[in-house]
Parts: sequence; C-alpha cells; structure tokens
Amino acid sequence: MVLPATPKSWYLPTKPHKFCPGCGHGIVLKALGEAIDELGIQDKTVFGCDIGCSLLSWNFFACDSIQTHHGRTTPVMVGIKRARPELITIGYMGDGGGYSIGSQHLLNAAVRNEKITVILVNNTNYGMTGGQMAPTTLPGQKTETTPYGRDPEITGYPTKGPEFVAALTSDGAYVARGTVSKYKQLKRFIKNALQNQIEGNGFSFVEALSTCPTNWRTNAQQTWSFLEDEMEKYFPVGEFKSPLGKGEK
Amino acid sequence: MQKVIEKAGKAFLTGNEAAAWAALAAGAEIMFGYPITPQNEIMHYWTRLAPKYGRGFLQTEDEISAGFTVCGAVQAGKKAFTATAGPGNTLMQEPFSMAEAMRLPLVAIIQQRGGPSSGTVIYSQQEVTLTTFGGNGEGHRIVYSTASHQEIYDYVIKAFNTAWKYRFPTFVLGDGYQAKMREPLVMYDPEEKGMEMVKPYPLVGLEGKIGEGREPQHLCNIYSMEEELYEVVMKFAAEYEAIAPEVVEYEEKNCDDAEILILAHGVVSRAADDAVKALRAQGIKAGYFRPITLRPFPGRQLREVIAKSGAKKMLIAESAYGQFDRLVKQEIYGETIPIYNLFMPGVGIIDYDIVNKVKSIL
Repeated sequence: MVLPATPKSWYLPTKPHKFCPGCGHGIVLKALGEAIDELGIQDKTVFGCDIGCSLLSWNFFACDSIQTHHGRTTPVMVGIKRARPELITIGYMGDGGGYSIGSQHLLNAAVRNEKITVILVNNTNYGMTGGQMAPTTLPGQKTETTPYGRDPEITGYPTKGPEFVAALTSDGAYVARGTVSKYKQLKRFIKNALQNQIEGNGFSFVEALSTCPTNWRTNAQQTWSFLEDEMEKYFPVGEFKSPLGKGEK
Repeated sequence: MQKVIEKAGKAFLTGNEAAAWAALAAGAEIMFGYPITPQNEIMHYWTRLAPKYGRGFLQTEDEISAGFTVCGAVQAGKKAFTATAGPGNTLMQEPFSMAEAMRLPLVAIIQQRGGPSSGTVIYSQQEVTLTTFGGNGEGHRIVYSTASHQEIYDYVIKAFNTAWKYRFPTFVLGDGYQAKMREPLVMYDPEEKGMEMVKPYPLVGLEGKIGEGREPQHLCNIYSMEEELYEVVMKFAAEYEAIAPEVVEYEEKNCDDAEILILAHGVVSRAADDAVKALRAQGIKAGYFRPITLRPFPGRQLREVIAKSGAKKMLIAESAYGQFDRLVKQEIYGETIPIYNLFMPGVGIIDYDIVNKVKSIL
C-alpha cells in the first residue's frame, strides 16, 4: 500500500494525529504543511495554537510552536512578530477563539494590519468542550446550548468572519474563506496568506470551513452534505481581499 | 545597544518618568501598554524616548492583549514589559498566569489605584493580593514593593535581571502617589555601576535548520493528565523556594531594642520610618521592618527581628483592608506576638496616623 506523502514540515513522532475521525482539522493542517514546505519557511515559522480542538495541533508541526490561552493566540503572535519581524507567525484557532472570546484581538489586529497570518477553522460549534453553540452556528442548528436549534431572535445570526475582517482591514491585507471540501483552493488561499506575510503587506486571514461529525452527530454522508449544502451556502467561499493579484470569488 | 545614561546624575522626576528611564537603561526593547491611570506617563515617556534609542512600542486593544503581547515578545527573545493598575491589573492576571505557567520573564510595573472595581484613579495598596497571588496559580512570582523614586529606578532595572535570570514573572509594585509625585533621584547606567545585565534569549525562532542540528520547540501550558501538571507545579515550587533566599530583600531599623515593631511596605514604610523617629524622640522604643520583596517574603528575617527585639506588640499599617496583614500572618504562623493594625484602604498614611495608633495601643 502506498501512503500519501506527508508534508516535510509535519512532526512525524506525533502522527497519526489526535483529531476525531472525519474532523476537518487534519485537512487544514495538511494544506498548511504543504504551503509551509513550498514556501520554504519551516525554520523561521512560529506556530501558535489556541485552546479548543486547535490545541491538538500544538506539536503537529516540526516548527517552533506555542500554546496560548483561549482567544489569546492573536496577541501572542503579534508580540512575537513585533519583537522579531523576520519570523513568520501563524495563529491557528477555532471559531469560538477567534470570533467570540478573542474577537477584540482579531478585530484590532486586523485594524492595525498586523503582519501575521491567522487561520481560523469554522466548524459551527465548540468541539473540544462538547459541542456548544459557536458564533458560527447556523440558524436552527442544534448544539448542546441550543438544544432546540439556534434561534437568531435570541442569539443573533452567525458571524461572518472574513466579511468583517475584510471590512476592517486596509490595503495590504489578505482575506479569504476556503473549505476542506475544496482542498486545492484552500491550500492556495493558505499559501497566499503566508506569501502576503512574507511580503510584509499586511494582515492575512483565512477561514476554513470544516467538519465536526462527533458533535454534529452525523455520518459521513450527512457530514459532507452539511458542509457543502448548508455551510457553504451561508458562508461564501472565495478571496475577499488580496494584494497579490486579482481576487477570486 | 545605545547607552541611555552616559553619566550618572541627579534628576527631579515623577515616578512614572523614572520607570520609563529605568526600563530604557535596563535595555528593554519593547513596551506593550494600554492606558489606565495612574500609570499612563510610563507610556508617555516611553513613546517619546523609545524611538531615539531604537526601542519599540505598541498600544494594544486592552490589558489582556498588552500582557499576551509581552508573553509573545519575551518568547521571541526580547526584553519586553508592560505597566498597568487597578482593573487593568485584574485583566492582566490572565497573561500573568501564562507567564507563570511557561516561566516567561515578563516584567510589569503596577501603579496601584483604589479598589475594588474602578475605585479611584489616585492611590492605594489594594493590589497586593492580586499582584502576589493573582491568577489561577501558586504565586510563583517576584514582587518588589518600592517606596521612593530612587527605588522605582533601581528596582525596574533589577526586575529585568531578576525576570531573565530566574524566569519567574517579575513585578515592580508602586502606587499612584509614587507614580505622580516628583522627587529627586540619581539615574545611572547599570553596567557603568558594575551591574551585569542578564542577556535575553529566545525560546522560539531559534537559529538553525530544524532536523539538522536542532529540534522544533513545542512549548505547552496545558497537560493531559493530573500527574503531569503536578510534576510541573512541584518543580516550579521547588525552584522558587530554592531561589527565594537570593531574591528576598527587606529593610529594618531600630529593631534591636524595640518594644513595638511597626510593619509597612511601599510608600507607607516612609511614614513608618518617620513615626519610629518621632516615637523614639518621645521615649517610646519603636522599630521598623519593611519587606521590599512581598513575594518571596522575608519571613525568616521577620521572625528573627521578633525574636531579637523581644517586642511585645506589632503594628501593621497599610493603605488596604488587611491584604499586607494576611501576607505577614501567613509568613509568621506560630508567633505569639499580639498584632494590631492600621488599615486605611485607598488613602494615604502619614507618620502622625501611625504615632497616634501606637500610643493608643501601648
């Protein structure tokens, strides 16, 4: 049997990884690993991971990596980048960490056009803590804290992250939303986001739509259907802002 | 790095200004800050001076971010610091606890204001508990409580060395009076004075190719099993206790024959010092003991003072409702000397207050 090649920047002693079967994190991290390899930045990359399922990536890469606190990865990466601009800093977080508890950091880092890259995995719930409502939970979606379905009258509508980041950032920022169902495109967005940091243009942000069959309580077919039919309808995929050439919608 | 103070000389400054100069002289490379009274002028002077010496500054979105950006910058190997007060100190307990957990050489200057809540913007000694034992940890921190502008200058410089030498987050605990008053002090270059400044070094972003001469750094602060965390915390505790004797600082005066011992810290110790002089002039044998490090606390030294003086009474004076008193009592558990207190939360204490209190309990 021929196994698929693993990115050089993956840290093999921690493989196979610890994400649930069917989880999209592994796909996002594979795209990130290949992008790091192709850009040749492994030795100068500092990878910071948030609390939540993102945390399981803390020793995923053969890159210098730091755990932080829930929502606080963005300021830690800002501190590193401000101290050592020659390093490539990647903040990796979930929708809860980025859009809820750490939203003030994401928003202000975007406004300041901090030259860091943030990759945010949107799986419409808090996975690690057992499937509570996230800012990205879809209307009507059942979670542990919305057992009768999310009611926008009570909890508002899902946060559209790349849209708000795009609205806040100025020239030089890169903003995109990809999905684990379109791997090549997702990898291209992540690579662009890193290239944008390498060029020192501005804040770089990629949201990756992802899957959580454990907490969605879905089988393989339902999982993929929720991603492609529900999530991608609500959260449009594409580049929202790119100084690297013409944006792709 | 460019020298900041070419020649030692007298200056007449506010405490906040002295703190900014001291951070520069200590070789701090970047400050992260968020406005809150009464520490603002540390940022104001830093932002004016820093660019002249090639140092950095970022005004963050809040104190949580200021603390975490400092965590990032020190992990990247730069001497970084922040300054805050009151509710800002409350918010910074989160990054301070990360610094404790990851042994980060974070330096923070705290200029205490009144509490609880927004309290006053002016003065207190009500951030003692928060600064020594805040966060969800074990108080593995080093806290210097300063009493004068000279000490602010001296201990801000020292704090960077302490933090980078021992890798415990280090605090200079001042207050609004010290922050805003003007006072003479001598500013100097620490290396000219013979102090060796500890060199910073990175934990991430290391030199070399990964897999060919170096391993990737994976730094964690969360553990899968209780036993893993237990071992980490016990190791930190043992290391903290081992370095404590080298770090502890205190001051005592007139204790040898004292019938009453007066304990105070920070700016209140100046009133205590004056009160001792006044009481002695009136024939009352008073002595004075002042911890300079609130963490680690000079507990053994205080017990020795109690023993050698044979004092019959002890008075604890503070501009808080017993935060310092609790620190003292936990350190001298088992001593039987009666303890009296003068608690004036959020207001200043002068020698007269202490003299009157002493007379009322003798």
